[in-house]
Amino acid sequence: MNFETIIGLEIHVELKTNSKMFSPSPAHFGAEPNTNTNVIDWGYPGVLPVVNERAVEFGMKAALALNCTITQDTKFDRKNYFYPDNPKAYQISQFDRPIGHDGWIEIEVNGEKKKIRIERVHLEEDAGKNTHGSDGYSYVDLNRQGTPLIEIVSEADMRSPEEAYAYLEAVKQIIQFTGVSDVKMEEGSMRCDANISLRPFGQEEFGTKSELKNLNSFNFVRKGLAHEIERQERELIAGRELMQETRRYDETTGKTILMRVKEGSSDYRYFPEPDIPNLLIEDEWIEKVRQSLPEMPKERRTRYVNKLNIPEYDAEVLTSSREMSDFFEETVANNADPKQVSNWLMGEVSAYLNSEKLSFSETALTPKSLAEMINLIADGTISSKIAKKVFRELISNGSDDVKALVEAKGWAQLSDPSKLLPVINETLDQNEQSIEDYKNGRDRAIGFLVGQIMKKTRGQANPGIVNKLLKEEIEKR
Amino acid sequence: MAINEKTVKHVAKLAKLEFKEEDIHDFTEEIDKIIQMVEQLEDLDTQGVEGTYHGITHHSVVRKDEAKLDIDREDLFKNVKTKQDGFIKVPAIMDNGESGA
Repeated sequence: MNFETIIGLEIHVELKTNSKMFSPSPAHFGAEPNTNTNVIDWGYPGVLPVVNERAVEFGMKAALALNCTITQDTKFDRKNYFYPDNPKAYQISQFDRPIGHDGWIEIEVNGEKKKIRIERVHLEEDAGKNTHGSDGYSYVDLNRQGTPLIEIVSEADMRSPEEAYAYLEAVKQIIQFTGVSDVKMEEGSMRCDANISLRPFGQEEFGTKSELKNLNSFNFVRKGLAHEIERQERELIAGRELMQETRRYDETTGKTILMRVKEGSSDYRYFPEPDIPNLLIEDEWIEKVRQSLPEMPKERRTRYVNKLNIPEYDAEVLTSSREMSDFFEETVANNADPKQVSNWLMGEVSAYLNSEKLSFSETALTPKSLAEMINLIADGTISSKIAKKVFRELISNGSDDVKALVEAKGWAQLSDPSKLLPVINETLDQNEQSIEDYKNGRDRAIGFLVGQIMKKTRGQANPGIVNKLLKEEIEKR
Repeated sequence: MAINEKTVKHVAKLAKLEFKEEDIHDFTEEIDKIIQMVEQLEDLDTQGVEGTYHGITHHSVVRKDEAKLDIDREDLFKNVKTKQDGFIKVPAIMDNGESGA
């Protein structure tokens, strides 16, 4: 039997605020355990959680970027469950009036575009962190407790692990462009759970789904889903009935493991959070946030292709991060040729950032200096070979005036015939045989002579001009 | 009956409470009475009455995103029975899938 795969994703994204969702403790990581916490985070009796205004703004920003409608009369609810990383025994979340609803984004798989609908975006608080010891105890750190999160719930619109991957990638990109989160899966600021079920082709009703947890990297999402499809297929073909269950992806075996048979949403006994009054979001606030949204990657790509004549592949790479895209635009704004800027960013710059594990802001390279360097190549002041040297200097030490730097270092290309001719003639005098060879039709002799001249000028001679002058001088002999 | 013993047991389990069988029986009767009382509300004609999402009427209480620490870790730990190296030490409970919200 042939089955169709149905996938929906729940993505948690940590918001980059200074303080926590409902308490003023710092929302930063890397601190000593339990130091960035206060009585609210610990759920001490009598404390009053108060909503962080910026977290609401960030949530709205993300929701708008995902084309959601903002719920103007929004509220918070308690989701009840027991676990040591959750000291109140409930999580403050949003149940029936999430801050954003009915959004969508576009994905592309194998050249085919598809709209994935987003059911909701809601605000909530993160839990603390439990570390299981080998001694039968768990060690709880509440530093993360209360960190603002948004949960982005898609509709069950994806039909393959590839689509799920593309959706995750697109959400990551959009959120990253809004600047409300670092969205780094490897650091846990973006996490993903998946709902997956199979149904025979042609059947309208969904099959029994399982929820996959612990898909903590892009690769796990793809592999975990692929494994789960196989497992469900095997069960269905064998005629067994699937249970609605929660499974965990185990990265060491590449398999999914049963965690528990799923309780229903009613088991969380949601009810309105009595400590937090409803939140009314005025039109003006929404408009203000909408105005603050940057141009999204998709729009930027279209503009790069149509207005800057950048190939589609380049546009894709250039918009893979906000940092890269902004750097590209600023360099172009400094009057550098867009395609050349793209070549440098995708080539040398990316290679350097990858090998040194740095981000743009951690290097000394600026859009202005890159633009100046590209223009020096374009007007023949430096050769593309020397440019690599210049680039190394710019990215490690930086420069406010690349032209002055090139002159000070003596890196300018030698194009002046009055300076090149003495070197050329000297070389010819020393290599009579090569002249003979060339005249006898052995073109390779020219290459040898150019090489000698480059050596004498320490690579600074302009090869095009040397070639031209050299031939003229040989003819004269 | 608005509620049965099975539901009461289920709710007790969710609340991590354990009861003797005969207590369950008594609780079921008591809870049933409470629910029946609340259900009287259903007799009211609420047509044209707007829904209530919250028990209090004031709204939109927010604070600025300013981080501050106003208490020492030592003070927070005063109610902690077992601790180690700044962590709260608890009996290991295997991941039920809720960690990390």
